[in-house]
Amino acid sequence: MKQRLAMKVGVLAALAVAFSASAAARDLTVVSWGGAYQDAQREAYFKPFMATGAKMAEENWDGGVGTLRTKVKGGNNNWDVVQVESEELLLGCEEGLYEKLDWGKLGGKDKYLPDAVNDCGVGAIVYSFILAYDGDKIKADAPKSWADFWNVQKWPGKRALRKGPKTTLEIALMADGVAPKDVYKTLGTDAGVERAFKKLDQIKANMVWWEKGAQPPQLLASGEVVMTDAYNGRIAAANDKDKKNFKIVWTNNLYTVDSWVIMKGTPNKADAEKFLVFVNDPKNQKNLPPRIPYGVTRKDATALIDKSVLPNLATAPENIKTALYINDKFWLENLDKLNQRFNAWVAK
Amino acid sequence: MTVATQASVGIAVPDVALRRALRRSQRSEQLRAAALVLPLFLFLLAVFIVPIGAMLGRALFDSEVAQILPRVTAALARWDGRELPPDAAYAAVIEDIRAAREAGTLANAATRLNYDVAGFRSLLFATGRHLGDEMAGSPREFLGAIDPRWNERETWAVIRRAAGPVTDFYLLAALDLRRDANDAITGAPPEERVFRNVLGRTLWISGVVTLTCLVLGYPVAYFIARQPPTRAGVLLFLVLLPFWTSLLVRTVAWVVLLQREGILNNLLLSFGLVNEPVRMIFNRFAVYVAMVHVLLPFMVLPLYAVMKGISPSYLRAASSLGAAPLTAFRRVYVPQTLPGVGAGCLMVFIQALGYYITPALVGGADDQMISYFIAFYASKTVNWGMAAALSIMLLAATLALYAVYDRLVGIDKMRLG
Repeated sequence: MKQRLAMKVGVLAALAVAFSASAAARDLTVVSWGGAYQDAQREAYFKPFMATGAKMAEENWDGGVGTLRTKVKGGNNNWDVVQVESEELLLGCEEGLYEKLDWGKLGGKDKYLPDAVNDCGVGAIVYSFILAYDGDKIKADAPKSWADFWNVQKWPGKRALRKGPKTTLEIALMADGVAPKDVYKTLGTDAGVERAFKKLDQIKANMVWWEKGAQPPQLLASGEVVMTDAYNGRIAAANDKDKKNFKIVWTNNLYTVDSWVIMKGTPNKADAEKFLVFVNDPKNQKNLPPRIPYGVTRKDATALIDKSVLPNLATAPENIKTALYINDKFWLENLDKLNQRFNAWVAK
Repeated sequence: MTVATQASVGIAVPDVALRRALRRSQRSEQLRAAALVLPLFLFLLAVFIVPIGAMLGRALFDSEVAQILPRVTAALARWDGRELPPDAAYAAVIEDIRAAREAGTLANAATRLNYDVAGFRSLLFATGRHLGDEMAGSPREFLGAIDPRWNERETWAVIRRAAGPVTDFYLLAALDLRRDANDAITGAPPEERVFRNVLGRTLWISGVVTLTCLVLGYPVAYFIARQPPTRAGVLLFLVLLPFWTSLLVRTVAWVVLLQREGILNNLLLSFGLVNEPVRMIFNRFAVYVAMVHVLLPFMVLPLYAVMKGISPSYLRAASSLGAAPLTAFRRVYVPQTLPGVGAGCLMVFIQALGYYITPALVGGADDQMISYFIAFYASKTVNWGMAAALSIMLLAATLALYAVYDRLVGIDKMRLG
């Protein structure tokens, strides 16, 4: 009996110690997307960062600004640095969920790609939606542009695009001859939306729609489609791991940026800034692309990256030349309406 | 008189005591029975009825905008909507946007208002950014100068429509309807109409699947019911076998079988039956095949149970009275199986109505059923009001069918065995 009481007291004491420890100082906590990507980040960033004597813990998440809202507004936030998508960056910054960044410490805004700069966030990686096809099936006379994606006479067979208006409408307009710089201007008008859907009508009978990033390589591999749009990293991974011969057309690719943010009110703000300075050092950034084909955001990192990796990156000068930056401000405003329109169109 | 009363009392006393004792014992019995049901009841209440009710309530209750923008919603409550609102509303919206910006809640109101009219988000945020400017003229002129949309009736009507506490916005939207600036119900623009079509398609696919299951399942059940018990046991086991595999695995198996370079297409090609692969996946055909496969046991089992109970002597009696075999089957046997047919059809149909995974994996874009759109709004765009409204449509369709079935066949006639 006495023994059990002693044990109870001991457990309670241990809990109390653990609790007070967690309530007091905790190590810098960095949150990213998990999986192969975070594995690459661990090697390129986290381990070298800790080797400098800094302490940090890592977690992963699935995105959604609601999660961050709950953490900050709920008052028991235990995350410090989080990697977010561009939409979460905009929404969270509007809502005051992130600390404003001190760009002076990060080396100045002009050192970065313009789309990687935000008051609340600094770009971490750049990736693209590209046109992909199977090089074993289409050998000579391969497609070169989104206009070729529409050419079902020359390349008969099904095509796949991501289900939803975002990226699909931009692709349709570029296939119809709209220059990347005019895409959102056009899409902002009713006539422009009409034009995009008219263009999509032309290949509707040939379309298959994907929803998860893993699907496009599968659709290509099974021969279900002859061409698809896809995340460039997934295609590179399929070539790398499954020994496929998928080809990427970079012309008019659509790119977007994931960013690092610092959570509002974190007690580890100084450490968080140190971490961001570390991962934005071009000497460290150059180590990420060889591990996973995502572009990095410092202009001066590109020159340091292994030459064999460069052509696979969205940030390679050749690849970014004709690219379209996905405008999240536009989509924040118009997604509800165009989702409805797209759902009605696709279901007819 | 007194004697009689006394006498009757004398008899009544034990009688009342007895009845009371009886009632007490009955009550404790009832309590004990209730106590046995109570855990399940509480469980259902806590994890089923309350959460689902709360979720469905999101389609009807709409108090977020009124909480975030309290002054302007109050000012608009008295507005007749025929002309632009009074100056007080303009002053109120300035105050509200300023307060909401500081509290960090403006984004939530903006999200809700943007459901109704695209562009409302930027209207609120752009206005918020200009509130620091020096105010020139009246609030009306000030806001009009920031964005001319503040001088449109529709802008104010959107805020009033979202003022709650009860809204029909989501339910109307789930039927491709909306309210215009005059508060009259009109149809959504034709290029945005989707849900009536989807509801019709959901009913159609469920109907086709149910009929196919009946046509395929009836002979199977009839065959099994006429086998000797041991063989019937083995056959029933085979019918139940699919239940041992997860729904997801069975559905993905169909993808492997039906795809362009799949097993079936390779067989057809190697036998020379076709010259190029037939398209069998990502279309309605694949949805029918996969759903019938998954739901068939739910048709066979009730049919079998009912058929098992039909004595063969009825058919013998019919033939001995001169009925041809087909006539006897049609006029004597089939009517007796109707309760099983009803039970099977109802089970298959109602389950089919809610199908999500199977059409999502093997169907094309125009084969998605209403559950797909519920999931789309619940998890992709996080518009729970819309997800709840569509769920209400699905629930209403299910209940309506149940009522029709009850009216036509009678739910008491349904037999599962």
